[in-house]
Amino acid sequence: MLDTNSFDLRRFLQGGGHSFGVWVALVAMILFGLLRYENFGSAYNISSFLNYNAMFIVISVGMCFVILTGGIDLSVGSVAAFTSVIAAYLSPFGIEVALPGAVLAGLAIGCLNAIFVVAMRIPPFIATLATMLGAKGGALVISGAQTISIDWTSNFTKLGMENAFGLLPWTIVITAFVVIALWVVLERTSLGRTVLAVGGGEDASTMMGLNVNRAKVFVYALSGGCGGLAGVFLASGFGAGQPLEGVGWELSAIASVVVGGTLLTGGMGTVGATVAGALLLGLVFNILNFENGRGVISLSAYWQMVIRGGFLFVVILLQSQLASRAKGVTQ
Amino acid sequence: MTDFIQMTGIGKSFAGIIALKDASLAIRPGEVHAIIGQNGAGKSTLIKILTGVYRRDAGDVRKDGKPLAVSTPREAQDAGIATIYQELSLVPLRSVTENVVMGYEPRTRFGLIDWKAAHARTREILARFGVDVDVTRQLGSYSTAIQQLVAIARAVSLDAKLVIMDEATSSLDDQEIETLFSVVRNLRDSGVAVLYISHFLDELYQICDRVTIMRDGQTVATHVVAETTKLGLVSEMLGRDASEIQAAGLTALSGGHGNPGEVLLEAEGLRSKTGLRGTSFNIRKREIVGLGGLLGSGRTEAARAVFGLDAVSEGRVRHHSGAALDTPAQAIALGMGFLTEDRKADGIIPHMSVRENITLAMLPRLKRMGAVDRERERELVAHYIDALQIKTSGMEQPIRELSGGNQQKVLLARWLALEPEILILDEPTRGVDVGAKFEIQSIIRKQVADGLAVLLISSEFEELVEGADRIVVLQEGRSVSELQNPGITEGALINAIAHHHERSVA
Repeated sequence: MLDTNSFDLRRFLQGGGHSFGVWVALVAMILFGLLRYENFGSAYNISSFLNYNAMFIVISVGMCFVILTGGIDLSVGSVAAFTSVIAAYLSPFGIEVALPGAVLAGLAIGCLNAIFVVAMRIPPFIATLATMLGAKGGALVISGAQTISIDWTSNFTKLGMENAFGLLPWTIVITAFVVIALWVVLERTSLGRTVLAVGGGEDASTMMGLNVNRAKVFVYALSGGCGGLAGVFLASGFGAGQPLEGVGWELSAIASVVVGGTLLTGGMGTVGATVAGALLLGLVFNILNFENGRGVISLSAYWQMVIRGGFLFVVILLQSQLASRAKGVTQ
Repeated sequence: MTDFIQMTGIGKSFAGIIALKDASLAIRPGEVHAIIGQNGAGKSTLIKILTGVYRRDAGDVRKDGKPLAVSTPREAQDAGIATIYQELSLVPLRSVTENVVMGYEPRTRFGLIDWKAAHARTREILARFGVDVDVTRQLGSYSTAIQQLVAIARAVSLDAKLVIMDEATSSLDDQEIETLFSVVRNLRDSGVAVLYISHFLDELYQICDRVTIMRDGQTVATHVVAETTKLGLVSEMLGRDASEIQAAGLTALSGGHGNPGEVLLEAEGLRSKTGLRGTSFNIRKREIVGLGGLLGSGRTEAARAVFGLDAVSEGRVRHHSGAALDTPAQAIALGMGFLTEDRKADGIIPHMSVRENITLAMLPRLKRMGAVDRERERELVAHYIDALQIKTSGMEQPIRELSGGNQQKVLLARWLALEPEILILDEPTRGVDVGAKFEIQSIIRKQVADGLAVLLISSEFEELVEGADRIVVLQEGRSVSELQNPGITEGALINAIAHHHERSVA
């Protein structure tokens, strides 16, 4: 029997799943970058990397919750596009209005997903495909298919440019706060454990007397809200509402979740590993940019995508190898 | 003594089909109470009404004399009624602790889950059962027995006053069953009532105080277990005369009186990677050959090898036609069938109807001018539903809505419809109640009389001893002896298995 009192790093990182590979890959990647590129570890690179990837981290974590219940949310990319336009329109009223406004808009679409999935029992894939198209259309309609510039005189611009407490950009601080809050929710609250239980076995959860519907409504609303927040970051990062952005984001988010070792069928996974997965996928682009900067090779954005795809495959392969070896040890 | 739970005049119907009419049940505090009855007798419906899964159409439920209204499993739990289902009731991906405390987690001052306290409480309850496991590990990494005990631990941690156990022992070995029983006795001694549902009558006599018998949606009688006989219980359950059953034996197979014909299949010195180390036997027309032995002795492996499912590294399987027999497709083409042990995984297609499940394997034969002959298909299905007495609201009913015994009959019908020459039956009556078991066995016997050859695998010695014409005793992948019916007794079979065990040790 294992000594349950001793601290086991691997188990801590895995959270009972098989996410060890993502941490190994992430550390390896960071070491590679630090050793090979002079400016990789610079405050500027770290800050701008995190600033740009904040929106992907946020939607990945939201997606993680949905996938943990055994569902899927295809609408997040469109939601971000839609709410980036909302945020841009609201920016003259200041960040105090624009941020909650956009998040609420995302939340509303998330609730719509929840109604489809929970009350109307439409399969999540179909339900969120519908809202994906709807939100996309909505973004184009209210923006007239044009980018909507934010109000540069308002304090909305602070979000991406100014540092919170003189340390890090607001975007990063808010993202960190969301990640930590959701980590606590998943690990330490009844609601979070119910989310995991539902994905592990919906019927069993019902039999146990758990509130399955509440958990499902929560995850879709959360994912919508996360999409809304990503929209705010998008608008602030690009200085404009972007109705045409967000295409394929949902797949990136799913990739981050899966790379983080979360079972696509639900029931097992952690917030931390999902963040690691999102960082890892972002780092591939970051490192390729540095490599291009050395002037030896010049890869187009298209080739970068191909490389990222290949990389994803390698990490998942690594993941399953580690998982099967860990199994061999414990049994 | 006042009853803890009192259900009277309970009625329930589904889509016009009556499942319960005037059923009743009374459970006293601190007793182990059994419910028995054939599949479809209404046991599970009655329990699901008690646990809030279904709503009753009529009747009255009281707890401690006061009306009890529960409409969800959660409310039942809060009322002190915990249920341990045979499957589905736990989440194997999550930790032992989570499965025990889920929904009722201990909290810290900040309203967050106090994992330390949760682990401690789980460990403490399991320690009371004599179970020492790492509670932070995934539940699924433990044996079924531990999982059952964890389910009971959950009930205990919820302060349940009534624990309902549905087929709790069906996948446990003897040692594990003993542990479970000691936990049940423990519960009883601490004043918790246990409602015990089982198909194994022997268990009743080991553990239960009283027994309620159900038939056709009604409660037939409640007895003190010590005052009953097995035969009496079976006759009440089936609604048949005791003497009639006694004449037929407790199983309907009664082997050794047939008149076997020529050898159809011969296995000689089979060795395989799956653990066969010299297995030989043959099967003749019009006979049932049993494979006896302990779990892991190679019974299922031998059957898989002759059906071409697993490759044989040495030895050979000879079919009387002389044709090659290396793949399941060839086996089926040669008129062989294999009813596997795990009907959920290998057998039924849950969403399809009874009709589709029966004719799935024979659609090519039903073709007329390129299209399936619907009329013949229906005739055939109707014939088997009737012949095997499959209880269904119609041939279009999805198979998942049928009880376990009836699902098994559908699978049997699927193979019989192919009119096989040799049929391999791996645990054909596992998880099936006594009545359906009796029927399934009678059907098999009748088919054998008509010429079918059967290779029967069963972990129930009774079924083998009474059913098989011959029993080939397997041990660690080797066929060590052969017993001939009539004349085999359970003692003789156990002897044959044990005897060779001793010799192989020496």
